[in-house]
Amino acid sequence: MKLFGWIRGGGQSARTAKERLQLVLVHDRADLSPGKLAALKDDLIAVLSKHIEIDIRAVHVELTRERDRQRLVADIPLAPPRARRREAS
Amino acid sequence: MTGKVLTITSGKGGVGKTTATANLGVALASAGARVVCIDADIGLRNLDVVLGLENRIVYDLVDIVEGRCKVRQAMIKDKRLSDLYLIPAAQTRDKTAVSPRDMIRLADELRAEFDWIIIDSPAGIERGFRNAIAPADIVLIVTNPEVSAVRDADRIIGLIEAEEKGPAKLVVNRVKPEMVRRGDMLSTEDILEVLAIELIGIVPDDESVTVSTNQGAPVALDTRSRAGKAFRDIARRLNGEEVAFESLDSRDGFLGRLSRLVKPGGGA
Repeated sequence: MKLFGWIRGGGQSARTAKERLQLVLVHDRADLSPGKLAALKDDLIAVLSKHIEIDIRAVHVELTRERDRQRLVADIPLAPPRARRREAS
Repeated sequence: MTGKVLTITSGKGGVGKTTATANLGVALASAGARVVCIDADIGLRNLDVVLGLENRIVYDLVDIVEGRCKVRQAMIKDKRLSDLYLIPAAQTRDKTAVSPRDMIRLADELRAEFDWIIIDSPAGIERGFRNAIAPADIVLIVTNPEVSAVRDADRIIGLIEAEEKGPAKLVVNRVKPEMVRRGDMLSTEDILEVLAIELIGIVPDDESVTVSTNQGAPVALDTRSRAGKAFRDIARRLNGEEVAFESLDSRDGFLGRLSRLVKPGGGA
């Protein structure tokens, strides 16, 4: 049993715990669950798409945490120029 | 004499609030302070059994608040330490029987007679928690090196700041140094990095805590216990002493020291 636990833990589970903890706290502190963040991302894409053509599949929206401030970071790549030109013509 | 009110809380249940309360009471009283511990966990009374005073209860906190007895009548004197007292929780009522204002009034009355008034908060973030922190001058948050307990501690830190009772101080309880070293348990450094809060104690997981709780004699009375030492160190820090945090390296003795010399900085 002990041996089995050791093999499964493998000396890495503390790192996993820390990463999970940091992620869950970022969402807790912002009072924005991962599900709500996904909905926000969809709304953001819908609004932006009215004005500019974006590469929807490459959009990343996430909460990050610095010392004492939380940040909503959105990385929104535009659609490749060729695709844009083609659709414009 | 103007006593300080120290509230022990955690959010999550079962992390060691009551054990910490009993041991800090014992440690502070052993160091010569006059101490009263209040069990604010109404309906789930337990501080009495951890202190070994369960057979002496006549009146309780709700009896005081509802005027059925004087404060002094509900205070139970400890068996071992002449300057340690307990005000037990009621067992058959619920948390709404007491209000934050009642707690402030009671604490203010006790401040005149005691150096420390230690309040054992119930788990949760509702009425019982609000009662416990209402009169607090200092709040200690107890957590364990687990995702769930640290998450709840973070929530509690926010609530304490919102009530302007902060900054709270952290006690990391039930640390298993061997698991931390192996990388299978959150280290105190990990927890502090995530919570950004001041540390006041690291208590190792120690079988002597279970034994002492079985006997109703808090482990801080046991000079050989590592957990007891950790609680006594917290008491000294509360009294303003600078006490270094002990490295919880279990490789004590010659071989342990040798292995640390051979591999410096390898531990947690």
